[in-house]
Amino acid sequence: MILLYLAAGLFLGWTLGGNDAANIFGSAVGSRMVRFRDAALVGSIFVVLGAVFQGRGGAETLNSLGRVDAMAGAFIVSLSAALVVYYMNSRGLPVSTSQAIVGGILGWVFFNKLTPDYGVLFKIVSTWITGPLLGMLFAASLYKALKKILLHSHIHLVELDTWIRFSLIVVGAFGAYSLGANNIANVMGVFAPMAPDVLVHFGLFSIDGVQLLFLVGGLAIATGIYTNSRRVMETVGNGLLALSPEAAIVVVLSQALVMFLFSWSGLAHWLQSMGLPSLPLVPVSSTQLVVGSILGIGLVKGTREINTRLLAGIGAGWILTPIAAGLTAYILLFVAMNVFNLPVLSAVSSAAGEVAQAKNTGTLRIDFILPGVIAISGTIIALLVWAFLKTKQKQLKAENELLLQQNINLESEKELDELNLKNMHAANQELSERIEIMNREFGSLALGLTGQKIFFEEISSQLDKLGQTQLTKEQEVALNEIRSLLQQKMSFDKEKDTFYLNAEQTNKAFYERLEKNFPGLSQQDKRLALLIRIGLSNKEIATMLNITLKSVEVFRYRLKKKMGLEQQHSLNDFIKNL
Amino acid sequence: MFTFRHAKKSIALIDEFLGKVDQGILIFKEGVTNYLSGNQQRFLDNLQTLSSLESDADLLRRKLENILYTQSLMPQLRGDIMRLIEELDNILDLAKKNLYQFDVEVPFIPVELHADMHQLTHLSVSACESLMPGVRAFFREPQDVKEKLHRVYLFEKEADKLADSIKRKVFQEMTHLKLSEKFHLRYFTLHIETLSDAAERAADLLSIMALKRTI
Repeated sequence: MILLYLAAGLFLGWTLGGNDAANIFGSAVGSRMVRFRDAALVGSIFVVLGAVFQGRGGAETLNSLGRVDAMAGAFIVSLSAALVVYYMNSRGLPVSTSQAIVGGILGWVFFNKLTPDYGVLFKIVSTWITGPLLGMLFAASLYKALKKILLHSHIHLVELDTWIRFSLIVVGAFGAYSLGANNIANVMGVFAPMAPDVLVHFGLFSIDGVQLLFLVGGLAIATGIYTNSRRVMETVGNGLLALSPEAAIVVVLSQALVMFLFSWSGLAHWLQSMGLPSLPLVPVSSTQLVVGSILGIGLVKGTREINTRLLAGIGAGWILTPIAAGLTAYILLFVAMNVFNLPVLSAVSSAAGEVAQAKNTGTLRIDFILPGVIAISGTIIALLVWAFLKTKQKQLKAENELLLQQNINLESEKELDELNLKNMHAANQELSERIEIMNREFGSLALGLTGQKIFFEEISSQLDKLGQTQLTKEQEVALNEIRSLLQQKMSFDKEKDTFYLNAEQTNKAFYERLEKNFPGLSQQDKRLALLIRIGLSNKEIATMLNITLKSVEVFRYRLKKKMGLEQQHSLNDFIKNL
Repeated sequence: MFTFRHAKKSIALIDEFLGKVDQGILIFKEGVTNYLSGNQQRFLDNLQTLSSLESDADLLRRKLENILYTQSLMPQLRGDIMRLIEELDNILDLAKKNLYQFDVEVPFIPVELHADMHQLTHLSVSACESLMPGVRAFFREPQDVKEKLHRVYLFEKEADKLADSIKRKVFQEMTHLKLSEKFHLRYFTLHIETLSDAAERAADLLSIMALKRTI
């Protein structure tokens, strides 16, 4: 039954872990300087240590506000606070667990028609203002100091990055310790009066019943950190102010300092012994401290960057949280008492400050030295193995990523090569088309020459006929001159030279291939092949080579033979595809 | 969780990279001077050296990129830093391309323009040289970056002015040159001038990055 009642506290611890741990590591994780799992591991360890070794002061203060001395009452106070925190968390609103639990206790006090200790209440409420103010002051001074140090440190930016990571982890650990020390009272404080009276010895140290209770609460917070803090981390880390990693260190350090001061009983006792006003040992809201710290930095930097809308939302949450928790507690207490008939107030008077049952029946002592030593040794060995495996895994991951990167580079190079190949194909295509066009032009030229030759032959035959008639001596001389000129013209030597020069130049590659593959070809054969490639007909070829049509056929036959082609193969196709 | 090993390696890579860029722009200046003086062999040596410096710088840039991303270093700044490194690499790349163009196209530069071309190269290279202390300062003393960059802007402006004057001289006064030669000269003036423009672009980026670090 006790475990069932404690479940509410554990639930509250879980929500606190989800919400308040984000105040410590939210900026670091949000700025991607620290990985979530590292933050969760460090946060969990130190929050438990803080809760166990320095959590007592805050719990005593809460109990002096209203000593919830019945298990069912404590359960309901804790549950109502947890429900409110969980609801506001799920809406993405930063919420204070401290205010929720105070609201719950006040709900219990008013339900039982008791009078709260207004002095303690004032002390607690005043910390809701002094806490953030102190956080603001610390943050402003620390930020200025850090900036000054960084300005004169001349540390290389990359090295600075590593130092900042290191610092974020260290101050995060301190922050988690302070959170555990200060806020465990919110989680388990109401159950403290009902803690078992035991003392467990671990050799080097021992813990009592209240600390055992706080250990369980700390573990609940750690679970909350692991399972429920990512989303809120984003709200706190990135929503309010875009924090630089340096600012993140300052925010965490200043809130950790304030929480530490408000839970350090040694300092409070020392100040009291010196006759100085001491700081109250009160659970303070880490959310409020973060907001105060960020405001402090904002004041140093100039407030332009602050998201005032979100700030207003947080402010509204501060007022709503204790009221909502108080009302929820009141309603749940009413239901518990009237429906389930559960005692929410002990029969013994619950006046504040009155010690409940005398605990002088003798403390149960448990020696846990050997199991403790075994557990610690086991933990150390497990940590060493884990660290070794982690390093190996990291190395493999880095190598893998490097290979992936190289693969990407290779892929890019391959794509580039393909692109170049495509370009080359396109250029080749263009060149082929140009050659084709020029060859067609050569064909037309050859056709023109053939036409002209036919025309000149016709004139020549007419002149021959004219020569057979009776002519004067002068007329015969003139006719012979015309015939001679015509014969010269009909050879088309000049045109042919130009034609061959251009055609060979255009089909240079073809010519080279021809010479390479068939070194035995004569000049006449090569010209014939060129003319076939250009696409001339036999008649045109005859004109170009100044031979008869029959001779062209003979030349083609010989060329085919020299090229080693079978009867059925087409010489034209072969040459065009060469 | 954190280690200084990768940080130290990254610092060494950055320093080595900056050294390569520094050497590269000096070699470019020497290359142009040798070209103008007609020292063909020394010009070719410069070209070879610059080419190998550029390849080394590319390799260092890739290594740095790998280490910054695989080791998750400076998650908020690495994007900016890689952009800056790419801008610097671009300067070296431009210097190499320009010197290659001298080698391939062998521009005819009339003797009366030699002094101007020398001066233009000097100004462009000075703009790039002045950038380097700013880049180095960014990593250690970001507050000093601004005062180190004003020279870059000055040299860039002067290079612009001189380039304009050369182009005007070529097209308006040197009537004995063929139009093709004039065009060629205009392109080479532009090639040399682009170095200072690239330095200015890097300086702009650096100013913003430094400002982001100091606020």
